[in-house]
Amino acid sequence: MSSKESKKARDEAKAGQEATIYSLIAKIAEALEKGVVELYNVEIEADELEVRLLSPTPTAPPIPVVITPPKAVVEAKPEVKAAYEVAKAVEVVAKKVVELARVAFEEPKPQFSGRVVEVRLGASKEEGGTREKTYVVGGHTMPAYYYLTGYKPPHPPVFGGDTFDMQIGLPRAVKLAFGDAMGNPAEWARVWVSKYAAEAIDIHLVSTDPSIKDAPPEAAVKVVDQLLQAVKVPIVVGGSGNPEKDVIVFRKIVEAFPSEGLIINSLNLDMKLEDVCPHIAKTNAVVINFSPMDLDKAEQINRKTYDWIPRNRIILDLNIGGIGYGTEYGFTAMERARLSGLLGNELLQHPFNVGAANAWGAREAWITMDPYWGPKEIRGPLWEALTSIICLLTGADYFMLVHPLTVKTMKTIREYLFSEPKPKDPEKALDWLSKALPVI
Amino acid sequence: MPWKPPTPIEIYQLLPKTNCGKCGEANCMAFAIRLASLDAKLEDCPPLIEEEKYKGSYEKLQSLLLPPVREVVIKSPKKVVKIGGKYVLFRHEMRYHNPTAIAVDVDDNMDRDTIIKRVKMIEGFEYEYVGQKLKLDAIAIRSVSNDPKKFAQTVALVAENSSLPLVLCSTNPAVIEAALNVLNPPHHRPLIYAATKDNWREMAEVAKRFDVPLAIASPGDLDLLVSLAKTLSEDMGLKDLALDPGCIVGPGGFAYTIKAFSWLRFKATYDLWKHAGFPLIGTPISVWAQMSGDPKDVMLWEAVLATILITRYADLLIMHSLDGWVLLPQVMWRFQLYTDPRKPVAVPAGLREIGKPNEMSPVIVTTNYALTYSLVSSDAEKAKLNAWLLVIDTEGLAVDVSVAGRKFTGDKVAEIIKSAELEKKVKHRILIIPGKAARVSGDIEDATKWRVMVGPMDSSELGKWLEKNWSSEKIKELMGGS
Repeated sequence: MSSKESKKARDEAKAGQEATIYSLIAKIAEALEKGVVELYNVEIEADELEVRLLSPTPTAPPIPVVITPPKAVVEAKPEVKAAYEVAKAVEVVAKKVVELARVAFEEPKPQFSGRVVEVRLGASKEEGGTREKTYVVGGHTMPAYYYLTGYKPPHPPVFGGDTFDMQIGLPRAVKLAFGDAMGNPAEWARVWVSKYAAEAIDIHLVSTDPSIKDAPPEAAVKVVDQLLQAVKVPIVVGGSGNPEKDVIVFRKIVEAFPSEGLIINSLNLDMKLEDVCPHIAKTNAVVINFSPMDLDKAEQINRKTYDWIPRNRIILDLNIGGIGYGTEYGFTAMERARLSGLLGNELLQHPFNVGAANAWGAREAWITMDPYWGPKEIRGPLWEALTSIICLLTGADYFMLVHPLTVKTMKTIREYLFSEPKPKDPEKALDWLSKALPVI
Repeated sequence: MPWKPPTPIEIYQLLPKTNCGKCGEANCMAFAIRLASLDAKLEDCPPLIEEEKYKGSYEKLQSLLLPPVREVVIKSPKKVVKIGGKYVLFRHEMRYHNPTAIAVDVDDNMDRDTIIKRVKMIEGFEYEYVGQKLKLDAIAIRSVSNDPKKFAQTVALVAENSSLPLVLCSTNPAVIEAALNVLNPPHHRPLIYAATKDNWREMAEVAKRFDVPLAIASPGDLDLLVSLAKTLSEDMGLKDLALDPGCIVGPGGFAYTIKAFSWLRFKATYDLWKHAGFPLIGTPISVWAQMSGDPKDVMLWEAVLATILITRYADLLIMHSLDGWVLLPQVMWRFQLYTDPRKPVAVPAGLREIGKPNEMSPVIVTTNYALTYSLVSSDAEKAKLNAWLLVIDTEGLAVDVSVAGRKFTGDKVAEIIKSAELEKKVKHRILIIPGKAARVSGDIEDATKWRVMVGPMDSSELGKWLEKNWSSEKIKELMGGS
């Protein structure tokens, strides 16, 4: 700081000095033009002046700064003529020279009074569970990644990997990454954690859907048990989307594993919440409340759930569509919900879950297109990553991801976002201007 | 406090109040309401603009409706791009105006063929989406040679072969001046990139002499950036400026970039601070000079930065990759972000005809989300189907989202069957619903008393699916029971 201040002082002194010189020169020029050509005790080193005033940069422009003197002067004595030319040039420069008007960028200082609750994902041995890795998400007191008043979210976002309890149609890019492991959720989860460093595992119990396999809740409990054995990260238990069946499945699962800090994905207003919430309340499980792009309903379901489950065990999912497929609705719903929460609306002070796997619902993520648009194996993971980044910027906290490349990209971005916003070589940011870049 | 539009009453007081109807509205109050929501322009009221007696009111209205971020116009003889003109920080506060323009570069060291090829690619970039053609907006020309003559030649070559507005990129004022002599404003009105701490006096003189907009680049130094903005606007009389706080990758730089863009826009729209009130320029192209290694990685980071900067307030992006996979998500996300959040992107619900359907043609159910609708109808047309398309009102939501959100329901389908008098138009009683709506098939059968066939997961499969599943035997089989 002190060196910066002294530099500032130096700059100011220099600017002051220069201003004095310019005003003196301007006066001389004026005097010369009026015919007063006698100078006392003043030396003008024309060369030096020219160099300094006309060429502040090594790449000086050929801007005509010297104006051809009027004809009348041509007839004057050589020494007067010379003096006049110098003076005239100096005058023009003196008029042109504008000093940099220094102004400080004052940091924006918005006021927020609300605070997003902190939610713990997974339970360690001390908490009665068996998770070796647990996380806390939420706790925001400011909009994320605006770096206001030095603010960084108190907890970094967490990236989980998706698995399914049966074969479902997944894009080739995903199959390439997991191969045979996809036949068995426990094996799939192991690959996610050991090879691709997923921080949590999401299991989607699709087979329990009555219109698919109608697998019984006991089978679902078994799958979750296998996952809890296979990996030591938090487990996010997803239902089939059938509101009646999910209630039954969720109840069995939390009763079977009451102390693992499971995350139940998800509750919605179509469920008989009174049939499942009291059972979840007795455990240490967290719930994700799902209210697609609708803040009124988000408030409704949260208010209902509060009857049984403490606020710090509730995450909100406002849904997201992949780029091109309704992304803006989820994005704006999240921005609105977070701001509302920070301004004091307690019903929306919850961390966000993002089902970024929806990005694969965008046709551009998986369809074969004209070669110009690139192979789908690149487009797919990119679509998921960019959709996730858009959500991240709203301050989203937990991400359910399908492709390992997304997890990798998101982790790098997280590291960058959480470092001190201070560039090392800012000047290099302009190197692109004059560099020959590879043409691919 | 954020920018607030004037109230319709405030506006009405300053309008002619003659209810002449020349603006297309029934009366001046209706026009005032549209002005207050920024859905109409003052210029839509001819008397206000033309008649001397309203001059004072016109000027007052202009200043009341002036956006806190200045709108800057860049143009070629054929195309105009407006950047900035922003009113709000968050999209839901109103809507964003002037979608982030995207420029892609050529440079003066490229050979003639490469330049022409790139120009044609930039110019020809197009992707059809929701009935819109998504395109690129400008060409950035960089001086790698630092030779005024060479740069001027390149600029002339690009201008001859393109209809797009230009961004002239060099910190050497002589190079920029040479190009401007070729372009001869106001014929062309390119953006000059950029004035820096070292060249700002000369750059400002050039911009002023040719009356063209000027970008200020001050990577890593916000104080200097706004000081230059203040000096150039207040002391040198330049009105059309744009600001680039730097686009820097890696730890520290990346966070700084997001912080700088966010702070600048926050100061402009919430604190109404005039020195931040200019369009913002993002340069994802800079990753090419900051990173090395596999070009695919560089492209990935260019795409990441572009998406972040479109989301975080950039009004113009300068990019290098011309690959479809880098640019496609950008133009799509930009389109979405700049739609009006107060109006869903929806088409009216109802019954549409694909080809020439008859009383035994299939009835295909879809949502009224504009994208879903346009995909389904274009796929059906491509497959040369003769079919009925039953568009239900899902409040502008796509199939999967509307199923999850209970907007795709049996009641909604029954409602449209009734209002479209579908029972008089077809003899069978069979609906084909999207594969992604399989879960609600029972609900639809209960509410409509029609039989439901679950169609393909994606409408690109519709043609093949119907060939296999829509036959007179199948219809008989399904209808036999009822």
